[in-house]
Amino acid sequence: MRIIASLKIAARALRRNKMRSLLTMLGVIIGVGAVIGAVSLTSGATKQVEDQVSNLGENVITVFSGNFTTGGMRGGWGSAPTLTLEDTAAIRLLPNVVAISPEVRDRAQVLANGLNWNTQILGESPDYPQIRNWDIASGSMFSDQDVKTLAKSAVIGRTVADQLFPNENCVGQTIRIRNLPFQIVGVLASKGFNLFGQDQDDVVIVPYSSHMHRITTRTFVNSIQVQAANDKVISVVQQEITDLLLARHRSKEQDFTVRSQLELMQTVTATSRAMGFLLAGVAAVSLVVGGIGIMNIMLVSVTERTREIGIRMAVGARAADILVQFLIEAVTLSAIGGAIGIAGGVGFSQLVAYFKDMPTVTPVFWIIVAVVSSAVIGIVSGFYPAWKASQLDPIEALRYE
Amino acid sequence: MPINTVIKLDAIEKTYHTGEVDVHAVRGISLEIRAGEFVAIMGSSGSGKSTLMNMIGALDRPTGGHYWLDGIDVSTLDRDTLADVRNEKIGFVFQGFNLLSRTSALENVEMPMLYNRHRIPSHEQRARAVNALELVGLGTRADHHPNQLSGGQQQRVAIARALVNKPALLLADEPTGNLDSQTSIEIMGVFQKLNDQGITIVMVTHELDVARFTKRMVILRDGKILTDEAVQNRSVAEKELQALRAEQQAVKLAS
Repeated sequence: MRIIASLKIAARALRRNKMRSLLTMLGVIIGVGAVIGAVSLTSGATKQVEDQVSNLGENVITVFSGNFTTGGMRGGWGSAPTLTLEDTAAIRLLPNVVAISPEVRDRAQVLANGLNWNTQILGESPDYPQIRNWDIASGSMFSDQDVKTLAKSAVIGRTVADQLFPNENCVGQTIRIRNLPFQIVGVLASKGFNLFGQDQDDVVIVPYSSHMHRITTRTFVNSIQVQAANDKVISVVQQEITDLLLARHRSKEQDFTVRSQLELMQTVTATSRAMGFLLAGVAAVSLVVGGIGIMNIMLVSVTERTREIGIRMAVGARAADILVQFLIEAVTLSAIGGAIGIAGGVGFSQLVAYFKDMPTVTPVFWIIVAVVSSAVIGIVSGFYPAWKASQLDPIEALRYE
Repeated sequence: MPINTVIKLDAIEKTYHTGEVDVHAVRGISLEIRAGEFVAIMGSSGSGKSTLMNMIGALDRPTGGHYWLDGIDVSTLDRDTLADVRNEKIGFVFQGFNLLSRTSALENVEMPMLYNRHRIPSHEQRARAVNALELVGLGTRADHHPNQLSGGQQQRVAIARALVNKPALLLADEPTGNLDSQTSIEIMGVFQKLNDQGITIVMVTHELDVARFTKRMVILRDGKILTDEAVQNRSVAEKELQALRAEQQAVKLAS
């Protein structure tokens, strides 16, 4: 029997009981809709986190100095004077290191324009914007020459610019840090909040040498930001840095920590991935329930249409013809349900994206999974009723009232 | 076996094993029906005529004996081949019409062609269905659904459906059982017309009036043939209708 004829018969049978067909489909609609919706939202969240992590810079490795221990009191990462500019220079010579910036951190009150603002003062190298993947909105970054000459040049973040120079172009203006005048050479593009909720634009960046000699009087750096050539060499570079610093520090204990962005990314996305699997599991259960609903209704349908089956057999339908007819009907139910479910799931996630301002991504893979699983559900749940129909005795079926 | 033999039953038996007692519904029937015959199989209930009819219709297999339909030994075939035989060789007409509801007359008539082993193009299906409907005088009602048709018209659709695959045998089971007397005569007129065109018809009935329209009467009792003889004073549908109308006019039932 041809497929088109079977599809017509199935469509007619389903139209005959519109309400019942719709209710039967509801299980699959909800199941598929839940899978697509859940996956879209969690993929969106994962994507957002990945974007934020790459916002920190690409292929970045951070070296923190060890914790400072004195008389049993331990100061935490970055407190010990173990990383030096010599370490930085040594790391710079390693293969696959494309950019490097020693980082010195301090907080200070900044004055300008009759206003003042407490902010973070970072000492960095001119490589810093490249490492952090951070554009300069106006002006430019200070130069290597500025580092050598302990220049009083500063690049400021968007927030600081807004606080100290509202409605004003601030490049070329002077700010005072700990009473020292620094000239603003550039303003950074806005980067927003980081993964931990800190305002990344609330920052003033000066040459690390100026920071270490003029603002503070330090001989060590808090951390070293290293950019590797590409994501494949990150772990190699990480290991080389570790080996190099162990050799240089000649300490038994490792007095520093090397972290890569990759590890951070893995930690953060693992959580949302676990959440996604959990939601998909719940959705899968509702899909199974939907399948049971289809089987139930198909059994009712077979009983109701016993006489029709008898007539079809009397005029020459083989058992296989009847089997295929009812299977197609079940698959039609679940396929339509699956299609509505996909549309509903995508629509729901788009709504959430629109109103909650959350990014959503519907992966094509999961749409394929939804299509295949709803077809499989149709076949699996339709098979028993269809098989039962095909095994009817034509004489009994014709006599059925 | 002569070429023009449509049905040959050789010592057909059917025994139902229900519980401890075996029911012998048909006990050794031998019968030969040739092309172009119009046979009534009669008998009271329990005479085995329904069982015989199911076996002639290839819906059921005998437990003993052999049955050749159009030269094929049907008694040995499996389920699927029996279905093919029903599709190609037999046209069924039932007492309760057995049309598919909410399906147009045309689609009802096209239905057996869906199950043909050889694909029939849809335009040919349509042409053959229209042709069959015209043959039973319903060419203008092709789009009507069964619930929009009278009993007589529904039975005509059923006859058209039975004819559409050009079967070797038209098998009718109490075809007038649900119809009033005038419509019954009209339906018998359709059968007589088809038989005049050379179609072999076997009809199961318990009404003698109806059986008189056929050419040969086989009477069963207790699963065996009691009598098998040609019909004397055969009724002709046209004349019977005229007579009926005359009667009705006499009592002013019809204008």
